[in-house]
Amino acid sequence: MDKNNIDRLNKYKSIILLIVFSGIIAIINPRFLTMSNLLNILRQTSVNAIIAAGMTFVILTGGIDLSVGSILAIVGAIAASLVAGGMNWMLVILLSCFLGAIIGLLNGYIITKGKVQPFIATLATMTLLRGATLVFTDGKPISIGYDAGALKFAGFGTGYFMGIPIPIYITLIVFGLVYYVLRQTRFGRYVYALGGNEEATALSGINTKRIKAYVYGISGLLSAVAGIIITARLSSAQSQAGSGYELDAIAAVVLGGTSLSGGTGGILGTVIGALIIGILNNGLNLMNVSSYYQLLAKGLVILIAVLLDRKAKQ
Amino acid sequence: MPNYILEMKNISKEFPGVKALDQVDFKVQEGGVMALLGENGAGKSTLMKILTGVYEKTSGEIRYMGSPVEFRNPRESQISGIAIIHQELNLLPELTIGENIFLGREPLGFARKINWHQLYNDAGKLLSRLGVMEDPRRPCGELSVGQQQMVEIAKALSLDAKIIIMDEPTDALTDKETQQLFKVIAELKAEGRSIIYISHRLKEIFEICDAVTVLRDGRFIGEDAVEKLTEDSLIEMMVGRRLTEQFPRLEGNVGKPFLEVKGLTNRYLKNVSFHVNKSEILGVAGLMGSGRTELAKTIIGSLGKASGSIYMDQQSLEIRSPEDAIKLGIAYVSEDRKGNGLVLGLSVKENMSLSSLKALTGFMGIIDKGQEAERAQHYIKNMSIKTPGLNQIVKNLSGGNQQKVSIAKCLMSQPKVLILDEPTRGVDVGAKKEIYELINAFRREGMSIIMISSEIPEILGMSDRILVMHEGAVKGQLLRDEATQEKILRYAVGMGVQ
Repeated sequence: MDKNNIDRLNKYKSIILLIVFSGIIAIINPRFLTMSNLLNILRQTSVNAIIAAGMTFVILTGGIDLSVGSILAIVGAIAASLVAGGMNWMLVILLSCFLGAIIGLLNGYIITKGKVQPFIATLATMTLLRGATLVFTDGKPISIGYDAGALKFAGFGTGYFMGIPIPIYITLIVFGLVYYVLRQTRFGRYVYALGGNEEATALSGINTKRIKAYVYGISGLLSAVAGIIITARLSSAQSQAGSGYELDAIAAVVLGGTSLSGGTGGILGTVIGALIIGILNNGLNLMNVSSYYQLLAKGLVILIAVLLDRKAKQ
Repeated sequence: MPNYILEMKNISKEFPGVKALDQVDFKVQEGGVMALLGENGAGKSTLMKILTGVYEKTSGEIRYMGSPVEFRNPRESQISGIAIIHQELNLLPELTIGENIFLGREPLGFARKINWHQLYNDAGKLLSRLGVMEDPRRPCGELSVGQQQMVEIAKALSLDAKIIIMDEPTDALTDKETQQLFKVIAELKAEGRSIIYISHRLKEIFEICDAVTVLRDGRFIGEDAVEKLTEDSLIEMMVGRRLTEQFPRLEGNVGKPFLEVKGLTNRYLKNVSFHVNKSEILGVAGLMGSGRTELAKTIIGSLGKASGSIYMDQQSLEIRSPEDAIKLGIAYVSEDRKGNGLVLGLSVKENMSLSSLKALTGFMGIIDKGQEAERAQHYIKNMSIKTPGLNQIVKNLSGGNQQKVSIAKCLMSQPKVLILDEPTRGVDVGAKKEIYELINAFRREGMSIIMISSEIPEILGMSDRILVMHEGAVKGQLLRDEATQEKILRYAVGMGVQ
């Protein structure tokens, strides 16, 4: 079977998983299928989905980024304090994205120039940035305030356009762009080539270090976008925001059929993967399952999905 | 009535859309060496994969030691006494020679502790039987490719196999190692073991094989004793047409000096200087480890240089990475197409355009996919690459076609200097000739070509001038007319020429 067929099978398999879950939850609790709940799921999923979109780039190159949650937190904290300080909300958003991208590029720099394993490098920055956030916030929430600019900023998390929450639009735009970049651009091709065979890609005259650094830059940028959404939604930044999010993002990518060794997979799978996790969280809440059992169920689902994936590839 | 240890009858194998094998017969005598010959894509590997249980056959019968068998996986065939030594080495570089040989079958002592003493003793015995003077405690990663090949053979011997399949075993061996291998094959024969010998080197087949089976396009073409065959008749059977001349030597004058290398020195190279003209094929000969590949990689900036300079058209070049080299028009076709020449998981088209995507992208780095497909199609046609289509994953092509894709990738970047490292390694006779003709066509177009090769006949047959390397230095330079096999060898082993 060729690669395309396997990809297609994986895509279908995760879609089937998605439908089965939705069906079960809908039967148990019909409230699941109401418009407001579905929009709610999409909005809740948007943060993880956006981070997972960046993670898809990283994992396609065969890397991993553990620092996404911490980037989200530090960017959120700085954004909140800037908004509270009266800076123009659009400028804050631009600065936040820029900051996220820079931190991500820094990750890439440590990995490529410092020749540190991605796992270790981002584990270090994850810890470091979490510490920085705690120092910056002194462990307390930072409110964005209540002036006109702050309300505009909050709109990014709480607002609606034509009845649909703003974060959903942001997610759609992000996924559209990522799909386009991966499928249609040179950079996207290089990401797949690099993940498939780094040495061959380098010998083909491609600056693999630059591509790698960019990939972490994108991951950082999208983590910042997620940080803006969370901060806007809560109208404040929490020092512990985003902790553990790296695992949900990795799970979404892997559930979507992207190989952790790089080179195969794509963003469409990640959409499904993120939705599976989102629906699981929502459904378990609707069924009043305690949060302890929720983690248990999530872990099991990931395990089963990945095992099925292995079977299909053999 | 000869005693056959293995009889494969009417073997067919169908993949979706392709009939890889069509009613193939294959027999091996007990204590015999059977050569399996055929061009790339002829079905040799598929047949061997069916025998060793990697693939399931669509139809046909296999009789092994007198009874019908059906191996469901490689382990079953291994236990039954069929060992295969792959062309691509499968050793774990971090483990020692002994650990590799007995991987998964370590001799155990009390409390399942590995009996290291016995393991290394046994490994040492196997190595000395192969004439390898290496400490079995040495990690395999430190060995030369030739020595690693010997370790693979030692591993097969340790399995006490009844049939040993050797896929291009001498490809990476020096002449001395090859002779040692042939001695071992003779001994194995004397012990009553059978060998299936896959090689593109016809001379070897006449030297050590008893009989030959030829496949072409998945079909059985013929089987005969070697005494009744000649090199020419074998080639004819393989390609279905007569190859009048193996090396289509191109006459014509070389151009003016183009690429010049002066005093290149680093860990692997000692003060290497030479030049290549336009419209010239410069052959680079030398034994394994003489620094040929390292020379190529230093020129293209993949390996750093301590000193020395490179000029193109009398302009000094600053090459710090393969990226710079390709921009300047120097392309490198790797000797190891699977390891670092191709991205096996990408398609034919995507591999071909990898080095030249910049020229195929417009605004915001968007790939012009129409043009990309057009160019890839052009090379598939011009180089007669056998592939079901542009989007076929390269992993699924035969070795010769993979090699062509690898060359096409370099050509697409429109190089002025093309460095070919072992351009025909693991490629069958028919495809070899096609590749030679391509190289000649590049020369005609004015390209400067550096061709690194271990096969001296290839170097002699193709080059306008020959550079011989020894231990990282240029030991001698020969013009086409004065070069002989003997002179090249004398330089290659570090001796002078009288």
